[in-house]
Amino acid sequence: MTSAATRVAEPINRLRITRSLRRLGAPVLLLMPAIVILVVAIAAPLLFSLYSSFTAYRLTKPETLWTFVGWRNYVNVFSDPVFWQAFGRTVLLLTIALNLEMVFGLGLALLVEKATRGQRLLRTLMMFPMMFSPILVGFQFKFLFNDNVGLINNALQSLGITEQAIPWLIDGALAFFAIVVAEVWSSTPVFAILILAGLLAMPREPIEAAKVDGCTPWQSFRYVTWPFIMPFAYIAMTIRSLDVGRAYDIVKIMTDGGPARRTELIWTLVGRTAYSDARMGVANAMAYASIALSILFTVYFFRKLASARTQIAADW
Amino acid sequence: MGAGAAHSAALFLAMLVICAPGAWIVLNSLRPTVEIMAKPPVWIPRRLSLDAYTAMFGGLGQGGVPVLDYFRNSLIVSITSTVIAVAVGIAGGYAFARYRFKGKSALFLGLMLTRTVPGIALSLPLFIIFARTGLIDTHLGLIFTYVALNVPFTIWLIDGFFRQVPRDLAEAAQIDGCTPWQAFWQVEFPLAGPGIASAAIFAFLTSWNEFALASQLTRSVNSKTLPVGLLDFTSEFTIDWRGMCALAVVMIAPALALTFVIQKRLVSGLTFGAVKG
Repeated sequence: MTSAATRVAEPINRLRITRSLRRLGAPVLLLMPAIVILVVAIAAPLLFSLYSSFTAYRLTKPETLWTFVGWRNYVNVFSDPVFWQAFGRTVLLLTIALNLEMVFGLGLALLVEKATRGQRLLRTLMMFPMMFSPILVGFQFKFLFNDNVGLINNALQSLGITEQAIPWLIDGALAFFAIVVAEVWSSTPVFAILILAGLLAMPREPIEAAKVDGCTPWQSFRYVTWPFIMPFAYIAMTIRSLDVGRAYDIVKIMTDGGPARRTELIWTLVGRTAYSDARMGVANAMAYASIALSILFTVYFFRKLASARTQIAADW
Repeated sequence: MGAGAAHSAALFLAMLVICAPGAWIVLNSLRPTVEIMAKPPVWIPRRLSLDAYTAMFGGLGQGGVPVLDYFRNSLIVSITSTVIAVAVGIAGGYAFARYRFKGKSALFLGLMLTRTVPGIALSLPLFIIFARTGLIDTHLGLIFTYVALNVPFTIWLIDGFFRQVPRDLAEAAQIDGCTPWQAFWQVEFPLAGPGIASAAIFAFLTSWNEFALASQLTRSVNSKTLPVGLLDFTSEFTIDWRGMCALAVVMIAPALALTFVIQKRLVSGLTFGAVKG
């Protein structure tokens, strides 16, 4: 009985669903879950934090969430030298790290592409650091750079290069250097693997034509290979820029912004202000500056990516 | 010949830099603390043992770090959030790959921008909201957050994989009498399947490795995940290096295994469209 009923109901239901699908538009329906989740879990909380950045909210005093203070938090943040130092240091770190990752990634990709044997194994090894969670990268380099038991000091001392232990994570400038090393180690594979994909996908004819025309290896790299792998490099850049905030994990565990705030980045500063000082209103104002920074990076690389793609499409 | 030797040397050096830190961690998880702290350093280990691992998984573990609980939490949170993120990603990715609609590229960029919000910045409002709604220190809260974190990327990847499936195939199936729904599940889905599996593994790894949000949204053994648990080995002035190394190996092992499975497809999913526009 029921089966007869469902047999009749099924096509009708399907018809109804199909019709309403058409009315709403399939892409809208298909994208609805994603949009709902992202609005509820990210956009709405961010609106709330935008609101709380205009209040005197402190975690310890819940009623202060309703104390509206206008632009005071932003004025305080933007007139605070500590904030600008952290902001400047973050931009510096990202600039140095992204450029080094690009150079090393390109070098590594070219090395692996030239390898005649064991390319599969090399490619697998190359991806090794990508699997490390940033918190593990931080811990690992905290251990390696440890002044007392770390591998680097042990090696330097055993080889007789230095007598004294080098205080890698205790001196501000050295700590910054150590963080750059950790960051570059963990993210170079993203560039290497994508640029390698570009090299392997490249048609052979243009290079051979360049050789026939008498180009030097440098010229054929610069004018044939490089333009072709550019979009791949920009994909890597875009992926990296989506996730620059990951550096927080590394710095948090390696130095926690220390010594004496010499490696404080915008993200560690936000974390400290929010959870240690409990000044949520101010922290949210800072967080907005960090979000703006990330968006700027991402939009910049997305546009580069788009223009590199159209250029390739026109050339080939 | 000279160029060949230089190439091999450079390659060897690069691989050494890539692999040495990991090998160092594995080695130190196997040797006694005395040897780790020894001055002058002990280069050739005298005694290797699995003590750190047995201590970690035996009951409460060394120093009372409940690694088993953290492991369970990590598994529950990562697997559940991955399943949901992939389901949402299939729907969204299919929409981007197969339909033209107004504001498509703007919407795509918008989705990606939600991913750029640094974890620590997102943790502030979530912390306040979760604390007030009782979601703090629960699996549910963390799962929900990780789904949102993963959706933009699963959409990007799955979009790429669906675009590699020729459009004509589904159309041919429909001419042969399939409904669009059947055509999708019986033709397009199986073809994009391996790619979707890669997206799943990628989402799993993101959740498995996430720290910035988990460190604020979890508090106790109820929901603390492994990356947060790693901090249990550090106290104000001392660090249990050996225990930390052992936990690091436990964390990295599943990630390593899974990445081997997907490595090739992940790259093709990310780069699709780089050449063809």
